[in-house]
Amino acid sequence: MWTYNKILQYPINIKCTDPKLAKVIISQYGGPDGEMGAALRYLSQRFGMPDQKAKAILNDIGTEELAHLEMVGTIVHQLTKNASIEEIEKAGLSAYYTDHGVDVYPQSAAGNAFNATALACKGDAIANLQEDLAAEQKARATYEKLIDLCRDNPDVLDPLRYLRAREVVHFQRFGEALRGVQEKLAEKTIF
Amino acid sequence: MLLRENRDCSCDLEENNEEEMCMNKNIMQVERRINCQEKEEMLQNIRCYEFAITELGLYLDTHPDDRKALCLHRKYCNELKRLEDMYQKVYGPLTIKYPCNKWRWLEEPWPWEGGEN
Repeated sequence: MWTYNKILQYPINIKCTDPKLAKVIISQYGGPDGEMGAALRYLSQRFGMPDQKAKAILNDIGTEELAHLEMVGTIVHQLTKNASIEEIEKAGLSAYYTDHGVDVYPQSAAGNAFNATALACKGDAIANLQEDLAAEQKARATYEKLIDLCRDNPDVLDPLRYLRAREVVHFQRFGEALRGVQEKLAEKTIF
Repeated sequence: MLLRENRDCSCDLEENNEEEMCMNKNIMQVERRINCQEKEEMLQNIRCYEFAITELGLYLDTHPDDRKALCLHRKYCNELKRLEDMYQKVYGPLTIKYPCNKWRWLEEPWPWEGGEN
């Protein structure tokens, strides 16, 4: 189970409304390489892991991803909450506004709703951890593209840089967990 | 038919009321003296310890025999607990597991409500 902490993992205080940036950043909320997919992927995969280290790392990184989901949602919310209809139209968010107003809805930058195929649970510890390593790299690459697009807004850049750095650490830990699982599976079983 | 709700309880909350009120008054005085900046600083300190513990936790998941990391983790956990207790006494609960005589969970803004726009 989980307990909510009434604090963001990293502070976010965005001073200027900018729905254009929200439109792309929302991909890290509910897009194919976003935090929702990451959290649910790891928290689902942990049930099938063969060793203690892999179970723990999936559980704990999955939990941290929930905190990141809240951070990305916060960025999107603060960028849009006071947007005028004109700003929404100009940002190309008329369709989004029609269906969701300025709620934070899990979708990709291209407008595709969250898809559970992003969870990729294969029933194979090696395949799953390899998938997770790739997922962390794809999330890092997405943050780097977002950092390019948000270059003029320091209030948004700062938390995006933090989130990018976390992907690198998670990649490292998943690599170590994968080696542990490979060793475990290579052990001779004596009946 | 409407059921009459019973919101009384038999716990000793009422008995301590006077003492609690006095304590709350003192806290409110302290609260007034402490400005927003100090609150944000405390919160930022808590955030730093939370982060260090998360980071060490992930590291220890794959390096459980690292004594130095374990020692740091223990130190930071103790320090975080001290800071959280101090913060919560003045500014209200950070988690739902903090006991209150009045439901202070609703009083402080939510984490996503920052920003100035």
